[in-house]
Amino acid sequence: MQQRLARGEAAALGELYDRFASLVHSLAHRVLGDEDAADRVTREVFGYIWENPDAYDPKQGSLRSWVATLTQRQAVHRLRQTEAALAGDGGQEAAPAEVERKIRDASTAARADYIVTSMPAPLRDALELAYFQRRDYRQTAADLGVTADEARRRLRLGLQLLSTAHHQKPPSDGPGAGNGGPR
Amino acid sequence: MNGPEEWEGYDYREPCPPHHDGPGEPPGAAPGPPTARPRIPSPRAAAEDRGPLPDAPENAAPDRGPAPADAAPPRTPAAPGDAARPGGGRPGDGRPELPHRVLTSLLGAWALAACSPEETAAVEAHLTDCAPCADEALRLRDAVGLLHPADSLDLDPLLRSRVLEGCLGRRPARIPVPEWAAPYDAETAKLDALLRDMGDAEWRAPVRLRWFDGEQPVHRETTAAGVLGHLLAVDGLVATALGLPDPLGDAAPTGRAGPGARTRALWRTVGEAPRTPALHRPWREQSHTLIRTAAFAGGGVGDLAVPYGPVQLPLRDAFLDRAFGCWLHAGDIADAVAYPHEGPAADHLHSLVDLAARLLPRALAHLRQSGLAAPPRQLVAAGAPGRTLHLEIEGDGGGHWYIALDSPAAVGSPEHTVAHLALDGEEFCQLAAGHIVPDEAAAGSDGEREAIRDVLYATASLSRL
Repeated sequence: MQQRLARGEAAALGELYDRFASLVHSLAHRVLGDEDAADRVTREVFGYIWENPDAYDPKQGSLRSWVATLTQRQAVHRLRQTEAALAGDGGQEAAPAEVERKIRDASTAARADYIVTSMPAPLRDALELAYFQRRDYRQTAADLGVTADEARRRLRLGLQLLSTAHHQKPPSDGPGAGNGGPR
Repeated sequence: MNGPEEWEGYDYREPCPPHHDGPGEPPGAAPGPPTARPRIPSPRAAAEDRGPLPDAPENAAPDRGPAPADAAPPRTPAAPGDAARPGGGRPGDGRPELPHRVLTSLLGAWALAACSPEETAAVEAHLTDCAPCADEALRLRDAVGLLHPADSLDLDPLLRSRVLEGCLGRRPARIPVPEWAAPYDAETAKLDALLRDMGDAEWRAPVRLRWFDGEQPVHRETTAAGVLGHLLAVDGLVATALGLPDPLGDAAPTGRAGPGARTRALWRTVGEAPRTPALHRPWREQSHTLIRTAAFAGGGVGDLAVPYGPVQLPLRDAFLDRAFGCWLHAGDIADAVAYPHEGPAADHLHSLVDLAARLLPRALAHLRQSGLAAPPRQLVAAGAPGRTLHLEIEGDGGGHWYIALDSPAAVGSPEHTVAHLALDGEEFCQLAAGHIVPDEAAAGSDGEREAIRDVLYATASLSRL
């Protein structure tokens, strides 16, 4: 895919979009909470990848995780800008700690979304049944055709994976962060 | 909190020790020394691989085995051995109780409120007593707060073209997608997004495929999955013309099989009413490959003849035909599963209407040969203007077309107009799809009634399986 993008194949760009647009858009939306802003970040992220196909280093991880990182960084960048603009407009200076907390929460929520979409499907399905469908773990087991033990294991492991969203540092947004990234 | 009666409340038959406030109580309040942190598997690095599931920490921990019945239980939760071994069990004290291993395994279900009341009580009693479990319980409960309904918020289908245009404005493509393949690119992307949103059960949704055979409406029952099979089989006509593998493989009918014969051949292999998403990936791969191949071949390949059974279409028109089929059948699938599905962008719709309008003289001639349309009024030399119907398509993507009535070789001309027919773009496409009976099409008309009737029937006769 990277080579095809580098060659300037418009069809590869379309395929890239088909693969990652919903990931990019939903992560951006989780951080920014606004449809238009998420559209804008989506345009910026794909624009950046298309202009800089060589920025991706397969040794650093999957293309998907790279796209997610770019998205999160860009969305946080836009969130900071929005907050700064709000502070500038209203004259009421938002407390820096408050802004940082907002950014941290948004980043955690986006990481959590990424973890959920990336975790093995059996874990995600178990969480989906237990949390969204309000099935107890025995019903979840029956729905999935697994033992009750296995359902308990999947629910616990799924939440353990999800809980790591809290642990990581929010992405840095300094000028040197990851070779620039989309702006 | 150190009285024995409190931490003996493990027995799940004695729910909720009186001091415990339920899951709202911070488990950090549980007694105990600084805790050893439970081992947490790190998140999977690569999202795309679906390797074997990582093991839960409990499964990796060696089983302590049953404690001797007469062994004295550790009397305080502060027993270092317990805190240091999150996987360790608390030996039974002679009362019926859930082993530590089971209590720990319940933590995820507990955090999600997916346990029985007895289990919930047993876990909560245990949390007052076992710091590592309390610590994990807190983390897992916080994690539940991060669960969010998957964005039901659909991606705006128009965003794709805006994003791609923006990209191509920043760096022009060296290998662009030909203009005539753009509607196919857009419609297949929209259908793909719809298919990705569908649950397994929705692939079984019954669909009635409808078309018009020149005289009357006909239909055929299949499933949403069967509709996709139809698209896969017919797109395969274009694939084979481009030298790509035939998706029907050995099941491909020999000779000049058209869309109908190819669809029936595919249904013979997968069943007329397939019930699984199995064809999604082959269909999507084929559509991506078609676009890519057309792009590599460049503009010149647009004239390549694609056999459609007895007739043939140049590749540029075959791509438009497939975009049209994809849009309409995506609509069939969307209706069957009660999802919205938007029509093509105005410029794409214009290209699709244009294709239908260009095919009309040939369809008229075909109806005539079958005795289903009035004979030509006059003989027209090839390339000369003849009697003409002015087709006006209203709405975005509409326009004016001049249809030669007497012969496919004649040229339609505004000066020779004998009738005027006005339809909304969506209505015209539904008519061309055979979803509307010609006599019931909402059309404004003026002029020779026979010409108008014949053109409406010819439009409907463009439809097929």
